[in-house]
Amino acid sequence: MITAPLALGITAMILFVLSNVFPLLDFGLHGRHDVTYLLAGIHQLFVQDRPILAGVVLFTTVLAPMLHISLLIYVFVPLALGRRPPAFVSALRMVQGVLPWSMLEIFLLGVLVAGVKLAENATIVPGLAAWSLGLLVIVLAAAATQVDPRRLWEQAS
Amino acid sequence: MNGGADTAAAHDLVACHTCGLVSRYPTVRSALRCPRCRTALHARIPRSLSRTWAFVVAAMLLYLPANLLPIMHVTSFGSRRSDTIFSGVEYLMLNGMWPLALIVFVASILVPVLKILILIFLLVSVQLRSRSRPMDRLRLYRFTEFVGRWSMVDVFVVTVLVALIDLGQVAQVEAGGGALLFAGVVVLTMLAARTFDPRLIWDNAEPADAESTTY
Repeated sequence: MITAPLALGITAMILFVLSNVFPLLDFGLHGRHDVTYLLAGIHQLFVQDRPILAGVVLFTTVLAPMLHISLLIYVFVPLALGRRPPAFVSALRMVQGVLPWSMLEIFLLGVLVAGVKLAENATIVPGLAAWSLGLLVIVLAAAATQVDPRRLWEQAS
Repeated sequence: MNGGADTAAAHDLVACHTCGLVSRYPTVRSALRCPRCRTALHARIPRSLSRTWAFVVAAMLLYLPANLLPIMHVTSFGSRRSDTIFSGVEYLMLNGMWPLALIVFVASILVPVLKILILIFLLVSVQLRSRSRPMDRLRLYRFTEFVGRWSMVDVFVVTVLVALIDLGQVAQVEAGGGALLFAGVVVLTMLAARTFDPRLIWDNAEPADAESTTY
């Protein structure tokens, strides 16, 4: 049986992959085009010799959300099958630890601000990743309302 | 917890920081773990005040250079321009993008200052054993905890912009030293808010205040 948190977790994972694979913004100027990807931005920070900054952005926009979504699926697949997830308690503790550092909704605002700044001099078209990121933020908010940590902890004990 | 609100600690009860399970606090108080999730149990976060002070002071030290140093350098058509946090807001304002300028101003300039000031106020008020308006002080704490993360927005703007490299001479964006320092301020104030134990506010509160409080 598919439960609401599981469905939202799987949806979030698909949207997360799309957000990382497709361009965020398409930038057109004098017949030339350029696109920006989240991972390309992080890579470029590394190239520009800002490894700590790159690490902070990598963690808050890629690793923390990925861990959060993976753990959602990890916990809710066995629960949907009526089984107890292995290392249930550790998984729940990890979710609580990682959640404050997942900053996708703030990153989305950053994409919007960057787009508006660029729109002054060039034609900006939001890419597929911008849309999927917007949906992802909504799906994660919905998941937060569907997941009851208190009940999960009771199931874990 | 003498003379304060009627707290769980006064009844030898302690709630787990991680899973919320309430346990009875035995008389032997060392190496105690939550029976459900194995987190170390503490009636209050250990050394909460000194650890929070350390994070707040570190954030204050980074705050000025984070705002004075450029967060990015933009080179377009041969001319090079450096942006600080403030000039970024100014740019949005001068170009008539008021709603966005307001959001970035609040997130990047107002919130970090407010957060540091509120945390200092909370720390001092607990250390002076203040009994006034505990509920309002708790609200201030919740505000700083909720709003702090949004200051990261400028760091993300830089990340999106540096990825535009294929345009070559037309425009190139480089991250500046201020970006890392600014991210440091945000992370340090987040850690400060998390190590501050809001229950300390109630330990000195009048019992009457606690009774009249509705959640």
